[in-house]
Amino acid sequence: MKLELRGVTKRFGTLVANDRINLVVEPGEIHALLGENGAGKSTLMNVLYGLYQADEGQIVLDGVPQNFKGPGDAMAAGIGMVHQHFMLIPVFTVAENVVLGNEPTKKLGLLDLEAARKKVRELSDRFGFDVDPDAVVEDLPVGVQQRVEIIKSLIRDAKVLVLDEPTAVLTPQETDELMQIMRDLAKSGTSIIFITHKLREVQAVSDKITVIRQGKVVGEAQPTSTASELATMMVGREVDLKVDKNPPNLRDNFELSVEDIHVEDDRKHLAVDGVSFRVRAGEVLAIAGVQGNGQTELAEAILGLRPVLKGRGAIAFGDTYLDGLSVRKRLEAGIGYVPEDRKKDGLVGDFTIAENLMLNGSYGKPFAKGISIDFASRDRIADQLIKDFDVRTQSAGTHAEKLSGGNQQKVVVARELSRDVKLLIASQPTRGVDVGSIEFIHERIIAERDEGKAVLLISTELDEVLALADRIAVMYRGKIVGIVDANVSRETLGKMMAGVAA
Amino acid sequence: MSKANVKIEKPEDDSTSSQILREILTGSATRTLLSVLVGFIVGAIFMVAFNPDVLNAMSYFFGRPGDAFAAMAKTIGDGYGALFRGAIYNTQAQDFAAAIRPITETLRFAAPMIMAGLGVGLGFRVGLFNIGAVGQMAFALIGVTYVATRLELPFFIHTVVAIIVAVLFAAAWGAIVGFLKARTGAHEVIVTIMLNYVALNLFSFFLRTPGLLLEQDGAGTPKSDPAAETAVLPNLFTDEYRLHWGLLIAIGATIFYWWLMERSTIGYRFRMVGFNSSAAKAAGIQVERTFVWAMAASAAFAGLAAANQGLTAVGGVTPSIHANIGFDAITVALLGGSRAGGIFAAGLLFGAFKAGGPAMQVVGVAPEILNVVQALIVMFIAAPPLIRALFRLPQPPKRKPISEWVAARFSTKKVGK
Repeated sequence: MKLELRGVTKRFGTLVANDRINLVVEPGEIHALLGENGAGKSTLMNVLYGLYQADEGQIVLDGVPQNFKGPGDAMAAGIGMVHQHFMLIPVFTVAENVVLGNEPTKKLGLLDLEAARKKVRELSDRFGFDVDPDAVVEDLPVGVQQRVEIIKSLIRDAKVLVLDEPTAVLTPQETDELMQIMRDLAKSGTSIIFITHKLREVQAVSDKITVIRQGKVVGEAQPTSTASELATMMVGREVDLKVDKNPPNLRDNFELSVEDIHVEDDRKHLAVDGVSFRVRAGEVLAIAGVQGNGQTELAEAILGLRPVLKGRGAIAFGDTYLDGLSVRKRLEAGIGYVPEDRKKDGLVGDFTIAENLMLNGSYGKPFAKGISIDFASRDRIADQLIKDFDVRTQSAGTHAEKLSGGNQQKVVVARELSRDVKLLIASQPTRGVDVGSIEFIHERIIAERDEGKAVLLISTELDEVLALADRIAVMYRGKIVGIVDANVSRETLGKMMAGVAA
Repeated sequence: MSKANVKIEKPEDDSTSSQILREILTGSATRTLLSVLVGFIVGAIFMVAFNPDVLNAMSYFFGRPGDAFAAMAKTIGDGYGALFRGAIYNTQAQDFAAAIRPITETLRFAAPMIMAGLGVGLGFRVGLFNIGAVGQMAFALIGVTYVATRLELPFFIHTVVAIIVAVLFAAAWGAIVGFLKARTGAHEVIVTIMLNYVALNLFSFFLRTPGLLLEQDGAGTPKSDPAAETAVLPNLFTDEYRLHWGLLIAIGATIFYWWLMERSTIGYRFRMVGFNSSAAKAAGIQVERTFVWAMAASAAFAGLAAANQGLTAVGGVTPSIHANIGFDAITVALLGGSRAGGIFAAGLLFGAFKAGGPAMQVVGVAPEILNVVQALIVMFIAAPPLIRALFRLPQPPKRKPISEWVAARFSTKKVGK
């Protein structure tokens, strides 16, 4: 089936999420939709899937214009979608899950599970899914659960399959398996739209690439394009992100040293596999790498949110070993932390800005007197920080969830930098943040460095890494591939991010 | 665009039930008042539907419809009129002193429900469903009854010691729940419900067993000696009114709760954990330990209610002394939005229901109607979309694509058919 999107436009209030997007997907084609977080990929796919109605434009299947009122219509027309977060019932078997909502029945409306099992087995054999129809979903690994989602779409005769950031949750091996499945499906005539911002995967599997930036299609590319060509198209504003900075003025008064640590992720897989590095006072060390190579776990382990595997390795800060210290003790030792997911770990949405600014300062001055909150002092500090960090809000009493992403991030940064920190861990400090705020946050990070603080920057954005870092450590599959100077070429970094040592 | 992306990236551990709880708790005062109003209206329908005069007049409705409407109006007027006379001001009383007696009864009934309601409300604010106020009260009653009937202490000090013992007993019982949740991940709803059985039966075992709390020269029915005169909570006014110092304790507890939750750093951290436990963790808060303290604090308020009951029981404590206050407390906390003022007001309303029930019975309206009204109010509160639809209130901003998810499920079904 040939899918065409013609001039699709979707607005949220004044925000144009999709601006006259044209896209053609031929039968049996793997079409990658490449773009940064917030570029408009997911919105576009939600329009295609009938979850949103387009304000303008058309969806055309095999030359016939469609009008989807909901996902039901889209499914009936042959569009299947595998969401980033699976929509499976954990306690049901595979067969029960795939027929849910579309159950084959026998006489008297009795559920015909045997038919369901047979279909699952057929599809599984045909595409090498290796899925047991009687397995209970919650017992299956994530990669297999994803295949169940794919089977769910195929059983409803999906001709166009949308995979929304499918590799975000997969291990590298599972990713390779998924790519093989995608190729087999395409060979059998299914069209696949593959949403991602990972360049390596795009190059490996896609037939055609469409790049989206800020809601617009900025160009098409061939899988033979180099990673840096694709990155430039995707980000498209290298010049915007240059930060003025002097060479680092290294000091010897303290440093963070991480020695051979091992950390597991939530699924008990080894996510950080023997990582060592040092960050000295007065420098920015950037951890670069494709998302999901252990950076998140590394940051959490340094802060104490995630245990370091016992028996090997250690983390030292100044002259204290951090291992075994509580998060609070580490914060009090002078670590500032800007988490990767500010909504989950950095802010309490239902709290006001003022309340959020004292999140890790509730144990004493200046926010508390004894066990009473010092409201006068808190509000004075809040007003001052709002001014200093240029948080655009009506008052300090505004709830954090009402702020834009950029302003929320400024609140987090303001809180962490206003504390007396010696080491700043900034994880994806500008993700989902507007360009103006990005520049502001970058300048503050460099200002911290120049004041003699140690900065550990964790970022998947190459531009950000190149703009801020004095040295760059590249992580790949839980290991550090190498640590290089900041004047390294993009090509070299790109290779390192794919696991090739410099 | 960022909007759409943010929704999809919402963390999954933010469970649907806590989302609903949050919406219930952040409900506006308007919605609460409307829920109460709708509760009373539906209660009126029940009264009318089961009144013999109305049913009789309905039999010749088309002949003289006026009769039926008059009978309906009279029934509703009689019923709620009796509630007013029984709970607030008795217009038929001989003198003023007797006329205001109902309001003092309302306050007397309200006091323990406010105390226990504050406890349940505290749990809600930390994201904990404390269904165990009944058990925490029962366990505290063992302590308070022991102190009140077995110890000899001077006047006033005896009362204070009894109250402190009640609070400590309850807090310890509650802390067990927090500890099990923190250590083993056991869900507090199940643990509190099961501990209710343990505590209630333990309490009745103590009351039944000679040498423990059973009255010394009684007939053997499970009942304690009357509390020592030095321990009893004294009456506030003359003995014509049964209102006692429990009201002042309830007011004090409400003010303390307000300070704790809104003004202190402890309450600030409690609320932080309740709203977003992962952010609390990253801010250096030990979330597990907070659960233990919060459960203990929550139960401590239930302990006050236990002291209120144990120290005012006429002729001794019986196994039914807890009077289901621990369950009413859940309703009170929900209705009061877990806020100090709200819980106080909700406690007064339910106190009025308890005080006014008998007066309604006198005019021939089943007092069970009040239980129905009570249940309906909470039902409406717990179903925000229902009240919003009834009164066309604006939709609150969405936090999660629940509706989208439902939409996806729903349309799938249609295709299948």
